[in-house]
Amino acid sequence: MPSKQDILDLYFMDARCKLIDIAAFLDRMDRFDGEPDYRYNSFHEALDALLKPGDQSRAQAVLNTLSDQSEEPIPKATIQGASGAPNKQSGN
Amino acid sequence: MVSRTTDDYQAMAIAGCEAICEPAFWAGFDRSSAQGFYDYYRQLTDYEPKRAAKFGIKHFCWLCINPKEAEDSGFAREVMAIIPEFLDQPTVLGIGEIGLNKNTVSELTIFEEHVAIAQQHDLPILIHTPHLEDKLKGTRLIIDALNNAKVDPNKVIIDHVEEHTAGMVLDQGFWAGMTLYPESKCTLPRAVDILENFGMENIWMNSACDWGISDPLAVAKCMQEMKKRQHSRETIHQVVYDNPVKFLSQSPNFSL
Repeated sequence: MPSKQDILDLYFMDARCKLIDIAAFLDRMDRFDGEPDYRYNSFHEALDALLKPGDQSRAQAVLNTLSDQSEEPIPKATIQGASGAPNKQSGN
Repeated sequence: MVSRTTDDYQAMAIAGCEAICEPAFWAGFDRSSAQGFYDYYRQLTDYEPKRAAKFGIKHFCWLCINPKEAEDSGFAREVMAIIPEFLDQPTVLGIGEIGLNKNTVSELTIFEEHVAIAQQHDLPILIHTPHLEDKLKGTRLIIDALNNAKVDPNKVIIDHVEEHTAGMVLDQGFWAGMTLYPESKCTLPRAVDILENFGMENIWMNSACDWGISDPLAVAKCMQEMKKRQHSRETIHQVVYDNPVKFLSQSPNFSL
């Protein structure tokens, strides 16, 4: 199995790049006018989950934060696609 | 692969691909009539096997009306009435990819009716779980419905698992599939993470080959990713070849 050093050698540069992309995305959001929708809050909640995953893995904590936690099927679809974050007001 | 050029078949053959299992899925738009599905099933069961055969690849398919077009249950039932006519075609593996998209009442009803068709014909089932924010809830609803229908979990593969759903699928005795995407969903390094965390049994991976940004060589590239993580040749072979063959051999039409 690979060591931590091997994993750093394989993935550090890619993870670093993605981390800076996230920072730049948040800076971009700050720079422009208007009100963000539910996805923005969900993104921040996911960042919190990343830092404090509790008893889950970090990936699980982020995915669960970005998931619809309701349990019953909805009466009807209003869209076909997915936005990546639960819209708690629309039910989708 | 109805959404792919012949060049992709050629590239897959060069990469060592022996067989393709193409699920019936969304056309990128909603079809306007059940007859449109009849033509689609002809394409899947007749034309695509011939196109793949030119490159030495065996082509199999799964049949259904996909969950994105299952919101209108009357229309979905019209389409489902056509399916038995095609089940005897020599390259049909079973029912799929059925499942849920937005987790609606109608989608769930049509999912359950598809499961009943598979049970009547004793065929394996390929299941699509919803994407992104809908996946967790959809996977739970699907597992509940399968358990209620008393389906043999060994004959079901639940696809598009990710870190938060793989455990619940495997723990219930179902097979798990990981569909690999270049962006937005399960990437190659994450797929290898899932294998390392959940084990190499009853799990496979497949390349997304749809209308979005996707890569028919994703499985071949993930083999390289596993190699970089120092997995043995035997382990890689198990995941990308032995496991799919084991699951698919439950279909009477599957042979290599």
